[in-house]
Amino acid sequence: MQGLGINVLFMGNNLPRLLEGLLITMKISLLAVALSIVLGTLLGMVMTLRNPVTRCLTKVYFEFNRIMPQLVMLFLVYFGLTKLFGINLSGQVSAVVVFTLWGTAEMGDLVRGALISIPKHQYESGAAIGMTKLQNYRYVIIPQTLRRLIPLAINLTTRMIKTTALIVLIGVVEVLKTGQQIIEANRYTVPTAALWIYGTIFFLYFFTCWPISILAGRLERKWQN
Amino acid sequence: MDLNFIEKYAPMYVEATGLTLRLGFIGIGFSLVIGLICSFLLYYKTPVLQKIAACYIELSRNTPLLVQLFFLYFGLPKLGIMISSEGCAIIGLSFLGGSYMAEAFRSGLEAIEKSQVEAGLSVGLNHGQVMRYVVLPQALSISVPALCANVIFLIKETSVFSAVALADLMFVAKDLIGLYYKTDEALFMLVVAYMIILLPISIMAAVLEWRLRYAGFGN
Repeated sequence: MQGLGINVLFMGNNLPRLLEGLLITMKISLLAVALSIVLGTLLGMVMTLRNPVTRCLTKVYFEFNRIMPQLVMLFLVYFGLTKLFGINLSGQVSAVVVFTLWGTAEMGDLVRGALISIPKHQYESGAAIGMTKLQNYRYVIIPQTLRRLIPLAINLTTRMIKTTALIVLIGVVEVLKTGQQIIEANRYTVPTAALWIYGTIFFLYFFTCWPISILAGRLERKWQN
Repeated sequence: MDLNFIEKYAPMYVEATGLTLRLGFIGIGFSLVIGLICSFLLYYKTPVLQKIAACYIELSRNTPLLVQLFFLYFGLPKLGIMISSEGCAIIGLSFLGGSYMAEAFRSGLEAIEKSQVEAGLSVGLNHGQVMRYVVLPQALSISVPALCANVIFLIKETSVFSAVALADLMFVAKDLIGLYYKTDEALFMLVVAYMIILLPISIMAAVLEWRLRYAGFGN
């Protein structure tokens, strides 16, 4: 079975296994994205408050998450929590926790940016033509905020999916780990497997994130004005 | 917390910090060059090359650095292309960073109104001079916040270098955890090391942004 290295993809159920691994990556990242959007929206609103205490706390939280590499955070949660507090989270749960913490910080900043980008006169003109506060938010503020926010939030989603690749380093069996297993299993029969498997994973990620990026770009251009 | 342990192994972290910074800054340097070239290709709408630059940007932006590194380090040798760990790290980081920098430069260039170019041309500057004296200074100052964010992002991304057998900070921490089971100390020093690297950069970026806003470009 020397043949072409690419055959390794179609031997047995190698390709379905890789896709299954990708599914685990996607599951973890999308769960974290969903949680981050909810929590980040709340955080973003808190960040716009003028209260110095919340301002300081949210700033520290955001800066810490912006500065610490996500891999370090994964290590802190996966190894550190276990050692310090005896909290034993599985790799997948740690990943969701870490990416949610990080995503919340990034999303919070996006929401804050979108909220403060609405000029004050928008609030005032709404009030001037006799809208109640609720109507003002419902018809004037929130639609504008969303238009600025959605493309950025979609970009954040692709960033989070890409960052999820790191979970292989805390031992979660996902697409890269599955790839390594296939390479190891075929070490002698298909020596060039690494090239094809890693190449395939490269394009699996690409074809997952690319459509999402295109969507974000389209929406951004459409809503620019 | 075992302070003796921290004292004994801190030099390993210092060395690893040096490696992280060195590879990070070389990678960022190349990223800036690649980014500038790509953004010019896109800005001047150079035939063919513009398409290649656009493809490169999409490929690099939509794939994780870890996967790029695995491909370079484990995949390419099967084609007979052997690259050292450091080489892979620098190529990977530049490949990833180039597209992010290109986007930052491009958004700056596109923000400059056409009337600026026309005004430059009408006072007798040639295209090169218009770029050099009119467009670029304004575009760069608009790009600075995005460029700074990218620098922080790229230095953070260097944390995956341990996956291609480089003795960076993550590698040292993992090593110490594995050897001595001193998880808290090793992780504590890891966090401190990244703080020491990135906090000053983050603060400098904030100051730079503030100064540029003060200079009154754009807004």
